Amino acid sequence: MTLDDYLKVGETITLGSHTFTAEEIKAFAAKYDPQRFHMDEREAEASVFGRLCASGWHTCAMWMRYNLAKRQDMQADRTGEGKAPVFGPSPGFTDLKWLKPVYAGETITFTRRARSHRPVASRPGWHVMTLDCEAFDSTGDKVLEFESAVLLQAG
Amino acid sequence: MGEKRWAFEDFTVGREIELPQKQVTAEEIVEFASQFDAQPMHLDEEAGKASILGGLAASGWHTCAMFMRMMCDAFLLDSTSQGAPGVDYVRWKKPVLAGDTLSGVSRVAAARVSAKRPNLGFVSVDHTIRNQKGEIVCELANTGMFLLRNPKAAA
Repeated sequence: MTLDDYLKVGETITLGSHTFTAEEIKAFAAKYDPQRFHMDEREAEASVFGRLCASGWHTCAMWMRYNLAKRQDMQADRTGEGKAPVFGPSPGFTDLKWLKPVYAGETITFTRRARSHRPVASRPGWHVMTLDCEAFDSTGDKVLEFESAVLLQAG
Repeated sequence: MGEKRWAFEDFTVGREIELPQKQVTAEEIVEFASQFDAQPMHLDEEAGKASILGGLAASGWHTCAMFMRMMCDAFLLDSTSQGAPGVDYVRWKKPVLAGDTLSGVSRVAAARVSAKRPNLGFVSVDHTIRNQKGEIVCELANTGMFLLRNPKAAA
């Protein structure tokens, strides 16, 4: 199994779906993003969003939860000899867009697509993979996209 | 709705806004990671030390969430904010470790009034987050939307 096969380069992988409850939207917002449209239904109705909706960072963090769960599936599906690739930290991301509010009660489906990978010159054995990350609501509208990167120890 | 302290007009290009300090505890690193980013280096001191992060380190998404709270408390909650369409980039430059104290500065990079909506403006801000040693741990840039205080004066 090549690294391209393992990472399924070019293939869109569905990571899973999550229903955002009002309770968890408010709990996240109270800690990290206490703007009124993430904290209170009535105040949200009077806001630009019109209804209670999740912090954009909450949607991102949830993408990460489902991304990790899928990584564990990849380990389980792996075939062949040698040490399994190990994921490390991420240097960051670019071009993040919150395209549509994630309203309370909405079910969001998360995806990723590995774009490419290359060796890191300064760290022998490590590669950096770039990937396209997206999330869609129940009507199929895209609510989130960003281009991410992650370090990976392989080969 | 009372008069907000921060409206579009207050975000003059070059203005620097100091963000409040944030102490990062092991407990909250583990709590956030347990929910959203359950990798060993975010959950366990020994695993963190064994990783290239060098200690129990916050999830990058946690750093973003803590930054969001710092920005909320600095100016966003007392502003005419109409939300943000996205983030241009986030660079996780150094690990955020348990016991760190974060501080930050938001610098206004650009500001323009919407061509379609003369009561709304776009403010682009570069944010720098440092640890207690003065090292940059995270850099990010985004554009937010803010209502004008005096739309007629700008027209």
